[in-house]
Amino acid sequence: MNKLILGRYLPGDSWVHRLDARTKFILSMVFIFVIFMANNVFGYLFAVAFVGLSIYMTGLGIKVFFDGLKPLAMLMFITTLLQLFFMNTGTVLFHWWIFTITTDGVINSVVVFVRFMLIIMFTTILTLTTPPLEVADAMESLMKPLRKIGVPVSELALMVSIALRFVPTLMDEAESIMNAQRARGVAFNEGGLIKRAKSYIPLLIPLFVNAIKRAIELGDAMEARGYRDGEHRTKFRVLQFTKIDGVAFVAFLIFTIGLYATRFI
Amino acid sequence: MQPIIEFKDVSFTYPNAETPALNHLNLTINAGDWVAIIGHNGSGKSTFAKLINYLLVPNAGSITVDGVPVDEEHMYTVRDLVGMVFQNPDNQFVGATVADDVAFGLENRQVPRDKMVKIVPEALKRVQMDQFADREPARLSGGQKQRVAMASVLAIEPKILILDEATSMLDPKGRREMIQLVRDLKQEMGDALTVLSITHDIDEAASADQVVILNDGEINDVDTPEVIFSNADRLKELGLAVPFAEQLKEKLTARGVKVPDTYQTTEGMVDWIWQLHSKM
Repeated sequence: MNKLILGRYLPGDSWVHRLDARTKFILSMVFIFVIFMANNVFGYLFAVAFVGLSIYMTGLGIKVFFDGLKPLAMLMFITTLLQLFFMNTGTVLFHWWIFTITTDGVINSVVVFVRFMLIIMFTTILTLTTPPLEVADAMESLMKPLRKIGVPVSELALMVSIALRFVPTLMDEAESIMNAQRARGVAFNEGGLIKRAKSYIPLLIPLFVNAIKRAIELGDAMEARGYRDGEHRTKFRVLQFTKIDGVAFVAFLIFTIGLYATRFI
Repeated sequence: MQPIIEFKDVSFTYPNAETPALNHLNLTINAGDWVAIIGHNGSGKSTFAKLINYLLVPNAGSITVDGVPVDEEHMYTVRDLVGMVFQNPDNQFVGATVADDVAFGLENRQVPRDKMVKIVPEALKRVQMDQFADREPARLSGGQKQRVAMASVLAIEPKILILDEATSMLDPKGRREMIQLVRDLKQEMGDALTVLSITHDIDEAASADQVVILNDGEINDVDTPEVIFSNADRLKELGLAVPFAEQLKEKLTARGVKVPDTYQTTEGMVDWIWQLHSKM
């Protein structure tokens, strides 16, 4: 569990940490589209430089970002190989049985690999430098326009924030149930697939039942504290755009224009 | 004394239950009192508490809180008057951090943000949790979580504080701290605060002005803790714990020592033994 970098937050006090979560969220999303503008070596070098600079600004060190790539390494590897072997245009470099390696294939596989890496690295900046709660706040704030078409945005946001708050509590509980069942002789992770799946029943059922009990008690506590629907509430936690958000947007705009310009080199 | 909570002939039966949880209950609690409700498991204590702020709806009878009838129409008014701390510290923590949790009740009451920013730290300071404002619940102890729950209640300035077995899942230290906190609050606010504690804990009940014994949904007795706790036989009969000093008195009587008839706290017993010793 600890190896999973997606959704993990590393506290810090860099400029990137202090950016508004919405800024980071928007820029991460936009980056995924912007990166496709690069169509030659210069474009990709420029993008690598920009992502490198962004990572440097987080003050977290490059290692955590490479760790973040590990769970997706297999996916990247397979896509790259597919590109390499099944791209049949361009000069043939090598041919054997159904596999053909061409110049276009080599170039495309490198491009796919680099794109993959840049997108993953840039989007992990958001999750690494923003507490999950702020990500949830940012999503709520950005989804606000959907309220007009009847989406209960505040309720969804409350659900997300309660879910996030209960993750460690339920993890602890799962562990103690697991240990309690082990003490009674349940063997987890042993035997074949079916036996293994069956061994999780004594963990899952108590976990579900307890989750329902918790939900009932939490509901009571929320009602006792005067909870009404989302539209009748004020908010304690507010996101605020500051000057550095402006700087970040301008920097990203310059990057976008620069990347577009590299198409004409 | 002005009555603040009035139960008139209230009955409540849970769906699918054969026997009523509360049976024609009549009780008046005066403003500014500290009342402890004791009774064995399943005696209807928690049901009683949940009826007060309309978490449960009685089948018969009527309840008023500070003159306001407890019904659907006045539900939010009543909940503004009543603050409740529940048993399980984990399951009543709504916010993602301590400060968020304290602000939850204020958000529900549409308090503007600039006011909330002032109220939240003040409430946390009253329970000595102000240094933990940004902590997540997973990193707090049970006693600390209950103190936060208390701060959340204090932030909305209720007239009535209900502790629904709020100390039952804490260690002895956390329990003592919670009781001391309630004592301090009571001292500070005087008659402006009515405390209703539902408990199994003798210390908590002994701090009260009045003790109500509930037994199978009916009121068995209402009296001062001194009177209630000096009747060890009845307490045992009802399946309740007997205070340490009373247990000691019983053992001393069995050995032929003449003990005082009136209820004594542990400190009182220490003084009495000390005096007895110096007379001999």
